[in-house]
Amino acid sequence: MALSRLSSRSNTISRPLSAAFNRFISTDTTPITIETSLPFTAHLCDPPSRSVESSTQELLTFFRTMALMRRMEIAADSLYKAKLIRGFCHLYDGQEAVAIGMEAAITKKDAIITAYRDHCIFLGRGGELYEVFAELMGRRDGCSRGKGGSMHFYKKDSSFYGGHGIVGAQVPLGCGIAFAQKYGKEEAVTFAMYGDGAANQGQLFEALNISALWDLPAILVCENNHYGMGTAEWRAAKSPSYYKRGDYVPGLKVDGMDAFAVKQACKFAKEHALKNGPIILEMDTYRYHGHSMSDPGSTYRTRDEISGVRQERDPIERIKKLVLSHDLATEKELKDMEKEIRKEVDDAIAKAKDCPMPEPSELFTNVYVKGFGTESFGPDRKEVKAALP
Amino acid sequence: MSAILQGGVASTALSPFKTTDSNKLVTAPSRSSLSVRSRSDWSKSFGSRLIARRSQPPLIPNAVATKKTDNAESSTSSKSGHELLLFEALQEGLEEEMDRDPHVCVMGEDVGHYGGSYKVTKGLADKFGDLRVLDTPICENAFTGMGIGAAMTGLRPVIEGMNMGFLLLAFNQISNNCGMLHYTSGGQFTIPVVIRGPGGVGRQLGAEHSQRLESYFQSIPGIQMVACSTPYNAKGLMKAAIRSENPVILFEHVLLYNLKESIPDEEYICNLEEAEMVRPGEHITILTYSRMRYHVMQAAKTLVNKGYDPEVIDIRSLKPFDLYTIGNSVKKTHRVLIVEECMRTGGIGASLTAAINENFHDYLDAPVMCLSSQDVPTPYAGTLEEWTVVQPAQIVTAVEQLCQ
Repeated sequence: MALSRLSSRSNTISRPLSAAFNRFISTDTTPITIETSLPFTAHLCDPPSRSVESSTQELLTFFRTMALMRRMEIAADSLYKAKLIRGFCHLYDGQEAVAIGMEAAITKKDAIITAYRDHCIFLGRGGELYEVFAELMGRRDGCSRGKGGSMHFYKKDSSFYGGHGIVGAQVPLGCGIAFAQKYGKEEAVTFAMYGDGAANQGQLFEALNISALWDLPAILVCENNHYGMGTAEWRAAKSPSYYKRGDYVPGLKVDGMDAFAVKQACKFAKEHALKNGPIILEMDTYRYHGHSMSDPGSTYRTRDEISGVRQERDPIERIKKLVLSHDLATEKELKDMEKEIRKEVDDAIAKAKDCPMPEPSELFTNVYVKGFGTESFGPDRKEVKAALP
Repeated sequence: MSAILQGGVASTALSPFKTTDSNKLVTAPSRSSLSVRSRSDWSKSFGSRLIARRSQPPLIPNAVATKKTDNAESSTSSKSGHELLLFEALQEGLEEEMDRDPHVCVMGEDVGHYGGSYKVTKGLADKFGDLRVLDTPICENAFTGMGIGAAMTGLRPVIEGMNMGFLLLAFNQISNNCGMLHYTSGGQFTIPVVIRGPGGVGRQLGAEHSQRLESYFQSIPGIQMVACSTPYNAKGLMKAAIRSENPVILFEHVLLYNLKESIPDEEYICNLEEAEMVRPGEHITILTYSRMRYHVMQAAKTLVNKGYDPEVIDIRSLKPFDLYTIGNSVKKTHRVLIVEECMRTGGIGASLTAAINENFHDYLDAPVMCLSSQDVPTPYAGTLEEWTVVQPAQIVTAVEQLCQ
């Protein structure tokens, strides 16, 4: 199958992912049907079918975007070891299929909120590589102006609500966003993502109770990578079937390393949530790195386990096999794509390294929102101002 | 009807204060509920901040805000103003804002069908429906989080804690999400929530229901804190808080809900960052807020009889402090007494003492004295409870000591 050269490549660094019609990705949208690797397991609902509609364009976009996310996370790893990224850095490699599959099933009006493992989800929502690296290195042009850091990526225009450091706190926020979507009668849903460690937080059940009571379009997505930092799931949870934890709320267990299963599940969940209220999705996934960069990731699990998952369930390898078996591209073309991605990431890092640090005055900006006629005063205030707008 | 700035001196007599140029920012001191001085002396104290066009304020001899029976001396008062209790003033403010902006909603325990445990939201559920006045289950952490999440998208929730002490369960949401999201997102999200509820020491409510949370929240960056004390400023602060783009925590007091006062019919707001001059004076500045204002005014009666002239300021804005009004007062009187209901350790008074010492050290003739509640859990027994909080007799003694 010929891959058409589409646009001439000028500067791909600043071009958003969604618009990057790379010369390798064809515009062929003839449907291809793909079977998910495993059937879905359902709780209190009928599972969706295993056959997923896709297309050449989608398959190649999946491959390219996941390879980009993988490369970005590996690059962040080296930057952290070079002490350019400080503090906490939680990497998402191994879990890319969840971000990609979810994006494929929803629009930019649907909201996503997640915890601190947010780099790839931010990218999927339309963020740029340059913004990501600038923020990770604390530079001025970062997506949160350098003041948030790895755990605080947000993108308001794509309804990406971040980026939260405290485990579990984002789930009530997510249900609040779903409430606002229902209040404003927008036909949109909210995906509130959390991990298997956060699944034991009480506020999750509080928020789930309210969402079910008020029929909010909230979808709780548990990215179960089987380890809550250093604690395996069987040591933290009496009942590790997180999709059943909702009790009266339906749930679906999904193979989180299969992007198409994720896509199908998210589509199903969106339809369900708009009609019937909340639903829980459990994504069975795995992270190759440790919990964060300060965790080697091998003290609580064996290297054999990690390499075993990498060989058998790696999401990018799966897409690659599908692409090759459907004859959508040759090995060489995929390798060239990966080389190009590597260059893109390196260029973004180089540009981000040149970006200056924020101005010292930025320390005090955005603490309060000024306006409405009433200003905050220090001891040298001259006038009192108060007026109805 | 065009918006009017309330800048008058009087409490009941409302001289509507219209500016001819609607775009001009009007400078006016905050409204006081007491004036025992004649107008000319008062204008001397406030100098250029007075606008000449204001009409004659009446003299109110009673220090404590009580029911005004005789308004004969103030001819302007009979037309404007209606009398109500503080919780009704809060309800009025809330209702007006909900009418004005469909994004305003209320969430809390028993705010809807029950009408609110202190009747602040009475009747609102019938008027606005269940989607705008939401009865939540008992999960402060979750519904505060939900309010903040909804605010990120543009709604303006008013989150009620049935008692301020319950909001300790939502501390993570208030501190990390409410206060910090505007900053960590680089300005992308604003959180225009109002978190309100009654706190303070009541009538033998027990230790866990008599908490003063202003001391815990005061160092959270990104939030504003205000405390209301009269029906007038309760309504004004409620409206201003709802309209503000910042998260505001509005502290009410359990014992003040039944205060009666006459407030204007016209729409008005109170500045969130401004302190209120309750009683101008010359000898000593007494800074207070919420319920202690009334203890101070009671002590002021005794002090006036003894020949002292205290200046009483209700600081109202607990974060940020209105150091301008306070500073002007310190420069005039050179002595400061802070009377608060917070605990001695780490309370609002402690921060205020530090702020005054830092900024106005040169103007002080005596060290700043701070009267606060004792560092004990509030006991149940009535006599013991009385002695945990500051009583008027202690205030009188402190003033006498400072003014030696």
